[in-house]
Amino acid sequence: MKTADTEHRTPGGTDRRRPVLEIKGLNKAFGSNKVLNDFNLTMYHGEIVVVMGRSGSGKSVMVKCLVGLMKPDSGEISILGRDMINISSGELDELRADIGFLFQGSALYDSMTVRQNLEFPLRHRKERKELTENMEEVVTTALDQVGLAHTLDLMPEELSGGMKRRVALARALILKPELMIYDEPTSGLDPITSKEIIQLMKHIQQTHNTSSMVITHDVDCARVIADRIVLLINGRNYAQGSYEDLAASEDEEIKAFFKT
Amino acid sequence: MIYSIQKRFEDFFLFTAELSLFAMRYFREAFRRPFEINELLRQCYNVGNRSLPLVALTGFIIGLVLTLQTRPTLQEFGAVSWMPSMVSISIVREIGPVIVALICAGRVASGLGAEIGSMRVTEQIDAMEVSGTNPFKYLVVTRITATTLMLPMLVILGDTLGLYGSYIVENTKGDVSFMLFFNQVFDALEYQDIVPATLKTFLFGFAIGLVGTFAGYTCKKGTAGVGRAANSAVVIASLLIFIIDFMAVVITDLFYEL
Ligand SMILES: Nc1ncnc2c1ncn2[C@@H]1O[C@H](COP(=O)(O)OP(=O)(O)OP(=O)(O)O)[C@@H](O)[C@H]1O
Ligand SMILES: [Mg+2]
Repeated sequence: MKTADTEHRTPGGTDRRRPVLEIKGLNKAFGSNKVLNDFNLTMYHGEIVVVMGRSGSGKSVMVKCLVGLMKPDSGEISILGRDMINISSGELDELRADIGFLFQGSALYDSMTVRQNLEFPLRHRKERKELTENMEEVVTTALDQVGLAHTLDLMPEELSGGMKRRVALARALILKPELMIYDEPTSGLDPITSKEIIQLMKHIQQTHNTSSMVITHDVDCARVIADRIVLLINGRNYAQGSYEDLAASEDEEIKAFFKT
Repeated sequence: MIYSIQKRFEDFFLFTAELSLFAMRYFREAFRRPFEINELLRQCYNVGNRSLPLVALTGFIIGLVLTLQTRPTLQEFGAVSWMPSMVSISIVREIGPVIVALICAGRVASGLGAEIGSMRVTEQIDAMEVSGTNPFKYLVVTRITATTLMLPMLVILGDTLGLYGSYIVENTKGDVSFMLFFNQVFDALEYQDIVPATLKTFLFGFAIGLVGTFAGYTCKKGTAGVGRAANSAVVIASLLIFIIDFMAVVITDLFYEL
């Protein structure tokens, strides 16, 4: 399959040649359960890559390996030009400020208010003076961006699932990361809320000039935002290409994803 | 049958090894910057706040009951005047620390297991890690330190109320004045009663924090995992308290025999 670099969906100023993420030969097994089996992927600056795969195919495992929450058995990962496998813990912390991660279940800290949730990533980030010194403003702007300015002093339990997802999104974005990773941003949400989240993601991509990896089952979501779709099947990068390319494919495995 | 016994032994040693590693990690990370002082203070407050009323009430009742129960026996031997000394030694040396620690195991260790366990299950711990905060430091170190520091204070409170309960019985049944009672209490206590008893309460506090956070931190996925974490935290913490108590007594004994 070829990559869909012909159609530029992001505004100018992005360098499609500069890789932000390179995964080579990633392997991960749990006992005899081989989840990732020689997985390869390169992502370029400004790109939105959608990773699709069946439930249990190892999508969450893959992104957890990317941010260092899981250790792969073997393989190379480099993010923003830094080797993620042999990185010191200090450097890893620094690098993590450039990666935003939206968890599948939102993962808001339920003993803290929305405000404290958003302030949390700013702790110990003295190097980002412009953000930590105007904490109040940064937090309200981030929350405003997802349309939830009025929830500043609520607890997560007082929010609906969709609101939680949006707060989590604001939290992931608060350090203005260069690379955003969304693990199923629309799962468990109604179609209208899903659309809102998708629009929000697109908007963020354009205004922040980030690169994004989006994991989803949602074909509509993939169609709307993907520059490139990657199919994760049997632990490998089975096929990749634009929505149109893949949807027109004759391969049975690929067809299974796109028939509605 | 044989297989399952062998398996149990294996599990036991595996668990002990993991718990020890967890404890070692605590000592490694506790003295390294950044220190989470605010979180530590909040956890100290939580530990106190959660167990204060329970500790106070139980301490008071134990003092009452202990005195009421032993009074007839002492009376038989004509030794009622020994009551304050007897009560003070048994409460300060043994009953106070152990009862308070057991209450905290029920209240605090299970709370820690459930709290941290649910944070593990809902990926809040992972979220902390990716946002550049060391969750072990933020969640585990602060909580273990808090229980270690707070337990001795709770024990002092429990002891005090226990002695006060005992005084009330003595006062109503035997007309012993406040001054007389507490003079005798403090006369009976010696250096070797107070120091080992206080030292072991720090260990009790450490054990409670350690087991509670360990159960939560290593919690298995799913809501059943959280329940199991809370439950095993109480059981193991209580067991550890008795083991530490036993060892403390043996060691103290050796010390003062020399
Ligand atoms: N910590 C773990 N220990 C053991 N096995 C695991 C662990 N995490 C994931 N797995 C296994 O890895 C496989 C992939 O899981 P993963 O969560 O990545 O799936 P997924 O593609 O994200 O699915 P979903 O779309 O349902 O989120 C599953 O078979 C799961 O059982
Ligand atoms: Mg997943």
